[in-house]
Amino acid sequence: MTDASRTTSTDERADAAANAVTSADRRFASPVTDGGLAVATAGPLGPSGVDRPAREASVPPASSGGRRRLVDRRWFVIVGGAIIPVALLLTWQLVSTSGLVPVSMLPSPEMVWLAAVDLAQRGLLGLYIAISTQRVFIGFAIGAVFGLVVGAIVGLSKLGDILLSPTLGAVRAVPSLAWIPLLILWFGIAEDSKIILIAIGAFFPVYTIVAAALRHVDRQLLEAGRAYGLRGIRLFTAVQLPAVVPSVISALRLALAQAWLFLVAAELIASSMGLGFLLLDSGQNGRIDRIFLAIILLAVLGKLTDALVGLFERWAVRKWA
Amino acid sequence: MAAASATAREASPIAHSAAAAPVSLRGIGRAFASQGGSRQVLRDIDLEIAAGEIVAILGPSGCGKSTLLRIAGGLDRPTQGEALIDGEPVKPYDARSAVGFQEPRLLPWRTLASNVALGLPKSTPRAAGREQVARLLDLVGLADFAGHRPREVSGGMAQRTSLARALARNPAVLLLDEPFGALDALTRLKMQDLLLDVHAAEPATILLVTHDVDEALQLADRVILLGHEAGADGAPPATQGAVVVQTVIVPGHRPRDRGSAELAELRGRLLDGLGIDRHGAARGIETGTTIPHYPY
Repeated sequence: MTDASRTTSTDERADAAANAVTSADRRFASPVTDGGLAVATAGPLGPSGVDRPAREASVPPASSGGRRRLVDRRWFVIVGGAIIPVALLLTWQLVSTSGLVPVSMLPSPEMVWLAAVDLAQRGLLGLYIAISTQRVFIGFAIGAVFGLVVGAIVGLSKLGDILLSPTLGAVRAVPSLAWIPLLILWFGIAEDSKIILIAIGAFFPVYTIVAAALRHVDRQLLEAGRAYGLRGIRLFTAVQLPAVVPSVISALRLALAQAWLFLVAAELIASSMGLGFLLLDSGQNGRIDRIFLAIILLAVLGKLTDALVGLFERWAVRKWA
Repeated sequence: MAAASATAREASPIAHSAAAAPVSLRGIGRAFASQGGSRQVLRDIDLEIAAGEIVAILGPSGCGKSTLLRIAGGLDRPTQGEALIDGEPVKPYDARSAVGFQEPRLLPWRTLASNVALGLPKSTPRAAGREQVARLLDLVGLADFAGHRPREVSGGMAQRTSLARALARNPAVLLLDEPFGALDALTRLKMQDLLLDVHAAEPATILLVTHDVDEALQLADRVILLGHEAGADGAPPATQGAVVVQTVIVPGHRPRDRGSAELAELRGRLLDGLGIDRHGAARGIETGTTIPHYPY
């Protein structure tokens, strides 16, 4: 056992030893230490119902004895994720050079690359990416804030739930494109209408997930909080808010993805810049290389921003969960 | 065991003690709404608990033990009768009592120290609060684990933290709902001794729900057995709801000898009351007699 557990009384040592045995089964049959303390899984005694991501992932197995499986190695995680994109790229190259499909239907990777270089030389590529990213982030921020506030109202107050849920559920059912004519009439064709549409897209995942998470905060913890004199805002900050932090973050992640989805719809509103405009414009001009470019850029940007939120998520889960 | 707990008592005195308060349960009844009417769980419970007394509530599973405890703490309201602490009605989530739940119910994102601090009365000054938390963690033997999160400690340690949190409230009445039920047998015995040490240092009125007859006899001044009255000749009871079917005053001072014959006899009576056969009379051995020596 570790130093820390040696200082504990006999019963704790027995507990910790028993727990170490069970956890060792899962952790490649090696005693696991974490910060000098044998990690004792609380089992049925642990605060139940709280969604706690397993900590095993962040615990490196002991250096002696235990062999790490391939799927646990960091380099393999990165390389493994790249296998399919690289294979797709190779297949694409092979198909387009073999002449099986005419280039008017499937441009070669090189043509897409040249289209990117061409746009970059005209100073358009950076501009389009920047304006699209800006629209996504502003719309996402507005939608997420509203989603958090309304989600909190609906999740915490029975009255709020009764009054707001049916209406919001109906509004959520409206497809993104259906908003466009209305938004143009109300807000014109400038940035406002586009950002509002993206905000609508980002609002609903946050609202839905936050409201549900708050409604399902562990009742036992809530009762314990109340029994110890917490009410209203103090109960919210001490129990409910920390309990839903993991859910809030996954809601934000989903909302960001949704914001990118709504971007293209937003940029169909008489825009003259952005990746959605690039798609629309290229479609009308038959520039299939630029269509491919825009699609690839949307995929890569979406994945990159998602990865950023993922890093934030890992930090927050370590801190709160 | 007695000597060990005596030294522990000297080693961890609590500077200021709570003024224990008497608890009165008068004609308590509780019915729960169920499909097609209501189901009476408790009825006509009358119980006077003196300040500083330890009362254990025993009873078969589902008889309303926990409900009675929750009513005493203001976590639930009775449908009949009233609960009083110190002569005044129990308010919702009454500040005069502290509840130790069956599960530790610690906030997983807080350290043990910060979880104990949750129990401090709202008006506690910051520095005094820190001092009190440190003292309580020391009392339950967790001074070295103040900075750990609940998931990093064992179930017994989490339950002790939960007890420290309840004590941090400086309660006049301590309500414990099967606090050691989920612990292994040895840890449970140690926790019982710890509770007695705590009670000696800080004599709150303790109402303890348990399903363990030995635990009740070891800890309590008085054991209340809840159950359903049988009708005449074993017929089903005429009225719904559990009542106090037996009250046992436990003789002797704590800590009690776990192996004493007197306690064994009381255990037998309580087990009878719980409907458990002690398999003595069945073999023609008169219960209460000593086991004959070889040769029979």
